[in-house]
Amino acid sequence: MAEFLQFLISGLTVGAVYALVALGFTLIYNASGVVNFAQGEFVMLGGMVTVFTFAAGVPLPLAALFAIVVSIVVGLLLHRLAIEPARGASAVTLIIITIGASILLRGVAQIVFDKQFHKLPAFTGDAPVDIMGAAVQPQSFWVLGGAGVVVLGLYVFLEHTVLGKAVLATAANRLAARLVGINTTTIMALAFGGSAAIGAVAGILVTPITLTSYDVGTLLALKGFAAAMLGGMGNPLGAVVGGLLLGLLEAFGAGYLSSTYKDAFAFLVILIVLFAAPQGLFGRRVVERV
Amino acid sequence: MRAFANHRFLTLAILAAVIAVLPLVFPSSYYFRVASLVWVSALAAIGLNILMGQAGQVSLGHAAFFGIGAYAVGIGPAHLGIPSWAALLLGAALSAVLAYLVGRPILRLKGHYLAIATLGLGVLVALVISTESGWTGGPDGMPVARLTLFGWRVSGSDTWYWVTGGLLLVGTWIALNLDETPTGRAFRALHDSEVAAQVVGVDIARFKLQAFVIAAVYASLAGSALAFMNGFITPDQAGFLHSVELVTIVVLGGLGSVVGSIVGAAVLVTLPQALTVFHEYEHLLLGLIIIVSMIFMRNGIVPSLSALFFQRARS
Amino acid sequence: MTILTATDVGISFGGVKAVDGVSFSVSPGQILSIIGPNGAGKTTLFNVVSGVYAAGRGKIHLSGEDVTGLPPHELAARGLSRTFQNLQIFQRMTACENVMVGRHLREKCSLLPALFRTPAVTRQNRETRAAALDLLAYVGLKDSADVLAGSLPYGACKRLEIARALAAEPKVLLLDEPAAGCNAVETEEIDHLIRQVADRGVAVVLVEHDMKLVMKISDRILVLERGRPLAEGTPREVRDNPKVLEAYLGHHGAREAARA
Repeated sequence: MAEFLQFLISGLTVGAVYALVALGFTLIYNASGVVNFAQGEFVMLGGMVTVFTFAAGVPLPLAALFAIVVSIVVGLLLHRLAIEPARGASAVTLIIITIGASILLRGVAQIVFDKQFHKLPAFTGDAPVDIMGAAVQPQSFWVLGGAGVVVLGLYVFLEHTVLGKAVLATAANRLAARLVGINTTTIMALAFGGSAAIGAVAGILVTPITLTSYDVGTLLALKGFAAAMLGGMGNPLGAVVGGLLLGLLEAFGAGYLSSTYKDAFAFLVILIVLFAAPQGLFGRRVVERV
Repeated sequence: MRAFANHRFLTLAILAAVIAVLPLVFPSSYYFRVASLVWVSALAAIGLNILMGQAGQVSLGHAAFFGIGAYAVGIGPAHLGIPSWAALLLGAALSAVLAYLVGRPILRLKGHYLAIATLGLGVLVALVISTESGWTGGPDGMPVARLTLFGWRVSGSDTWYWVTGGLLLVGTWIALNLDETPTGRAFRALHDSEVAAQVVGVDIARFKLQAFVIAAVYASLAGSALAFMNGFITPDQAGFLHSVELVTIVVLGGLGSVVGSIVGAAVLVTLPQALTVFHEYEHLLLGLIIIVSMIFMRNGIVPSLSALFFQRARS
Repeated sequence: MTILTATDVGISFGGVKAVDGVSFSVSPGQILSIIGPNGAGKTTLFNVVSGVYAAGRGKIHLSGEDVTGLPPHELAARGLSRTFQNLQIFQRMTACENVMVGRHLREKCSLLPALFRTPAVTRQNRETRAAALDLLAYVGLKDSADVLAGSLPYGACKRLEIARALAAEPKVLLLDEPAAGCNAVETEEIDHLIRQVADRGVAVVLVEHDMKLVMKISDRILVLERGRPLAEGTPREVRDNPKVLEAYLGHHGAREAARA
C-alpha cells in the first residue's frame, strides 16, 4: 500500500508537469493550428533562468518571476519571428519550424548558460512528509498545487473573461472570429505568451525535484505532445487528464515492470491509443466530407 | 520538378558527372569524407521523399530505420558472426519487416496523429538501441568492422566516396523509375485525394505501406553505409534529431523532387561543416538554418529554382 | 435484370438520420436519377453506396453479390465507379495522368518491376497512356492532356472526373452533379456523354439539380426528401406525382419540370 501510494504521488507529480506542457501545446494548437515542438524549451527556460538568476543572488520568488517574463518574451518572439512570417505554410512545414526553434533555443541556452545539470532548493524544505507510509517530498505538493492553480486560472480566464472567450472563438473558427472583429493575430500572440508562461511555471516548480539542463526540453515536449494526443488534440481538459495519466503510467510501469524502459512507456501507450482510438480519449470522431 | 523527372537519363548523367568530377577539385581527403556524408544523407532522404513527397505521408521517426541499418552491420559481425555484407542485407530486411508490421496501423492515421505515431516509433527504437548496451554499447556507441567484399577490404575515404556515390546513383535511378509506373501514380494519387484514388480501385493502405517499406529500406542501407564508412556508430544516428534532419533535407530540397533531396542533403550536411569554426554555435546555427529555409524556401530549393527558371524562360 | 440494388439503406451522424430507409435498383444501360432539395441526402447516399461511408443499416448488392461494407477500392474492382460533387481530381498530376490512375485496375501493378522499370512496365505504360488519351478525346480534353489538372477550368475538371471514372471500365457509374457550374453548352455535352455511356451498357446513377437534364435523360427518377424516399418512377410519373409537385418541387419547380 505504501509502495502503491508512493508510485501514485510521484506519478501525479510528474504527470502534473506533463499536463502543463500538454496544456501549453493545446493553447497554441487551438489558437493557431500549430503543433509547437518548442514547448519543452519553455520548461527548460523557466528552470534554467531561475537557477542562474537565483545563483546571482536574486531572491527565489523574484528569480522565478524574472524567468517567467523571459519565457513570455521568448514565446512572443517565437510567434513574431518564426510563426507569423510562415503564415499559410503546411502543417508539416510549421512543425519543422518549431522543431528548428527548439534546436535554436537549446543552442542559445548551451551558450548563455552551460551544459551542466542544475538544481534549485526545494521551496519549503527537503524533509519528506509521511503519508500512510509513503515518503513524499514537500516540493511534490508545490508542483501539484501550482499545476492546479494554473489549470484553474486558465479555466477562469477562458470561460469568464471577454479575452478568454475570444481565444475560444478563435479556436472554434478562426475566420468567423475574424469576421466578428477579433484580432486573431493578437490572440495567437497571447496564446504563445500564455503557453510560454505555463511552461516556465512547470519548469520552475519541478526543477527542485528533477534537476534541469539545457537539453531537458526535447523529451518533455515529446511527452507533453503525447499527453495532449492521449487526451485528444485541442481539448484542454483532455490535456490535463492525458498528462496525469501519462505520469501515472510511467510511475507504475517503472515501479512494477521495468525502470530501464521508463521513457518507453509513454510512447508505447501513445502508439496503442492511436491504433485503438485515433482521436484520443476525449476527441470527437470527425467525419470527412467528400 | 516534372521537367526534371521527365529527363530521367539526363538527371542520372548529370549526377554521375558531378560525382566523377568533384574529386578533381577536392584539396584534401577531408572533402571526400564530407561528400560521402552528403551521398549517404541524400540516399536516406530520397527514400523518405518517396514516402513524404510522393505518397504524402510524414514520418518523424525515420532515423529509426537508419539506426537499424547502422547497428545491423555493427552487431551482425561482432555478436552473431555474420559476414558484413550479409549483415547489411539483414538490416535492410529487418527494416522492411518492421516497417511492414507497424506500417499498417500507423499509416491509417493522418496529419498530426501520423506525425506523433512515427515519432513515437522512432523514439522507441532509439531507446532500445541506447538501453541494450550489451549488444549496442549503449549511449557510447560501438565500433563497426570494415566491410569486406570478395576479399576486398573496403576502406579509405576516397574508396567510400565512390561506393556511396555509386549507391546514390542506383538509389536515384530507382526513385526516378517509379515516376511513370502504376505504383508511382498510385502514390501521387493518394497524396492528392485518398477518396478519389480509392474509388478508381487504388488500395490506399497497400500503397502507403509500400512507400513506407521502400523508405525504410533506403534509410537502412544509408545507415549501413555510414556505419561502415565511419567504423563507429552511436545511438544519435537513430535519434529524434536525426529524424528531424532527414525531414528537413526532404522539405528543404523540395517535396517530391529526387534532385531536391540531393541538393537538400548537400546544403544541410555541408553548412555545419563549413561553419565548424563556430563549433559552439552548431545547434544554434542548425536551428536558424531550419527556420529560415522553411520560411523563405517553403516549396523547397529545387522546385523554387526550377519555377524561377521556367518563368524567366517564358518571359 | 438489375446490377446495383440498394435495400433499405440508412446512415446517421450524431443522431441525425441523413439517409433513412432508401431503396433503389438500376439495370445495365439504364439511367436512374436521384433528385431532392439540398440536404436531402443524395451525396450521402452516394457515399454509402460507393463504400466511402459505412452503411448504418440496409444492404447493397452489386451483380447479385452482397457488397455491403466493402471498402471503395474493392467496390471499384467489382465494377463500381463514381465522380464527386466537390471535385476530387489529382491536382498535382497532369490530366492524362489523372485518367491513367483511372486505369489502375486494368494494369499489372507489382512493386519490383516498377522499381527497376522493366520493359514490360514501359510497354504497359505506353498502352495505358494511349487508352487515357482516347478517353480524354472522348470527353473533349485531348488538347489538355499534359496540363496540370490543378490549372484546368472547372468545367474541364468535371469532364476529367468522368473520363477518369470511365477509365476503370465500370459496370455502374455514379455521377454526382456532373453538370453543376457548367453553362448550357457544356451541360448539353455532358448530357450527350451520359447518354452514350448508358448506351454502351453501363448502369448510370445520377445526382443532378438541373431538372431539364434530369427529365430529359433519366429512365427512372428517385425523389428524396430529408433522407427519406418521397417518390419513384419515370420522369412523367414523378412530374405528375402531386406529392412531388406540392411537397418538393413547389410552384416554381413544377413549372420548370412541365416545360422540360
